[in-house]
Amino acid sequence: MSELLSVRGLSVDFLTDGGVAQVLDGISLNVDPGEVVGLVGESGCGKTTLARAILGILPGGAARIRGGEVRFKGTDLLREDPIVVNDRVRGRRITFIPQDTSTSFSPVFPVETQIMDLMKWKSPRAEGDRGQRALSRYPRERHRADRDAVLESLRAVQIPEPARALRRLPHEFSGGQRQRLMIAMALLPCPDLIVADEPTTALDVTIQAQILRLLRELVKERGVSVLFTTHDLGTAHEICDRVVVMYAGQEMEAAPADTFFARPAHPYTRRLLASVPTGTGEIRDIPGDVPSLVAPPAGCRFHPRCDYATPECRAGRPAPRALAPDHEVRCHHPVDAPAGDDG
Amino acid sequence: MSAPPLLELVDLARHFPVRNAFGRRTGWIRAVDGVSLAVWPGETLGLVGESGCGKSTLGKTVMGIHAPTAGDIRFDGREIGRLPSSERRAIARDLQYVYQDPGASLDPRWKVVHSLHEPLKIHTRLSRAEREEQVHVILTAVGLPGAHLDLYPHELSGGQQRRVGLARILTLRPRMIILDEPTSGLDVSVQASVLKLFRSLQATFALTYVFISHDLAVVRSTCARIAVMYLGRIVELGATAAVFEQPRHPYTRSLLAAVPRIGGRRVTLDFALKGEPPNPRDVPSGCRFRTRCPLVQDVCATEEPALREVEGRRVACHFA
Repeated sequence: MSELLSVRGLSVDFLTDGGVAQVLDGISLNVDPGEVVGLVGESGCGKTTLARAILGILPGGAARIRGGEVRFKGTDLLREDPIVVNDRVRGRRITFIPQDTSTSFSPVFPVETQIMDLMKWKSPRAEGDRGQRALSRYPRERHRADRDAVLESLRAVQIPEPARALRRLPHEFSGGQRQRLMIAMALLPCPDLIVADEPTTALDVTIQAQILRLLRELVKERGVSVLFTTHDLGTAHEICDRVVVMYAGQEMEAAPADTFFARPAHPYTRRLLASVPTGTGEIRDIPGDVPSLVAPPAGCRFHPRCDYATPECRAGRPAPRALAPDHEVRCHHPVDAPAGDDG
Repeated sequence: MSAPPLLELVDLARHFPVRNAFGRRTGWIRAVDGVSLAVWPGETLGLVGESGCGKSTLGKTVMGIHAPTAGDIRFDGREIGRLPSSERRAIARDLQYVYQDPGASLDPRWKVVHSLHEPLKIHTRLSRAEREEQVHVILTAVGLPGAHLDLYPHELSGGQQRRVGLARILTLRPRMIILDEPTSGLDVSVQASVLKLFRSLQATFALTYVFISHDLAVVRSTCARIAVMYLGRIVELGATAAVFEQPRHPYTRSLLAAVPRIGGRRVTLDFALKGEPPNPRDVPSGCRFRTRCPLVQDVCATEEPALREVEGRRVACHFA
């Protein structure tokens, strides 16, 4: 068991007005230490729900975990005491980078107040349990050490004049700068895993290139694993070591990035890659619509739109099939050809 | 390109005043600042740039949503930028604007049929039968069954709503459509369907498009010519294939270098452009890109480069 995070058969339902939506249906995936794993899929495929389930921040009223486990360093976070998870894991061993940075800061406090609040609870130097820390004040020596660490990490994410930057309010930073601050905050507790939910989607392409490069350099330097959700295949190509593709709440294929883009085996992956616009001017879409999650198709959820579908695909969800070490596909009819070689 | 241009912009500018708490003007945001370009009938011109470069303001100024601060807008040979609003309305038939999600502008309490007839009632004197005929033709063209006419927007999927929104614009048979970020926020597979639809509609109705987008891959696959904007100005204008193959302006070069290329080397490994675009309230003197430009020289700070002809395209750089 070398993996850092291992999600096994996770199923999550959401109670909606229209009925019970099966948002995640038996998802499995692994993240190894020091690895950047891309979780790609179209909107509504459940990638954000999966990210939230791993962090343990699913909306309590609406979401219901139907089964499965989220093993992090051997412990199942779903069955662990929530207080222990909050105290020792979330925000310390697993941190989060959000998509929307403008709503992730409070607009009325300077950035320094907000980062130091985080450090009071989640700094790697913070000792003792939650009750003790709530009662005691922020010890002065630790405050000083933590503040130095904050300045150091702002320098690492290339914020000019860190000491002055800390006194500013969030709106005084541009979107790219705020995303740099978020990366700094995600790295400050020295985590083992960062869950990044579409962190560059709202950014312009030149800023995105700067941020992706920075993030990849920093996590590789520190040996942190990243689970990076995105709907943009180009972004996944830039940053990931391995890619997992999801469709309608099921994982379809997992492969090392090179294989994923060069020889995808799942029909869905192949159609998805083919629909990326290229210079040739040819446009290829995926016929049909994403299925309803309240009444999803039986078996493989992609079968109504799949060119290769047979009755077998309707009968049951295909078991994972290993095509090569590290390359797994859940399909009865995997394609063995370079990308773009079929109709 | 012997025919006269359908749309011609001459030194078009749109500035927005910046006011302080007491309502006194403290400066100007020069969102569009001296843009000249021509769009020929039947073509698709791409207008690209990063957020804040003025591409949407340009589209809205052409549409008459903003009044131009200076310069001319000529549509079909006629100056339309300074027309009184009564005469301006007559142009609306020929020149239409599509927002990011055309489906969102449908009235939720109207059936599709009502929404599709409305523009015809306002802008034409067609009889009821003629209107129905027209609506039917358009509905077929956007790929919706006739039975959908009796549905309310909430009974349609997002993609179908989008098609109805487009049909609504097309019932007037416009000659030119300005598409403002029509695919942003869409998944690639849905985006491919939308682009396909735009293309088939262009062929059916002989439309001219101005395609505003920040997504270079989309522009590359749909537009024959592109104009690249930076801080309110066009920095490069030319045939898409040529610009993508050999960008001449350093900004175009950086912009293209930042787009991930699936299957190739990671572009972020070599990406060199530093910093972020300056505040449009306070644009640099001379060339606006000089604060981030790798080729910057003294002349760039003193002289603003003109958009000049370089090997079949136009580039605004002293060193192109």
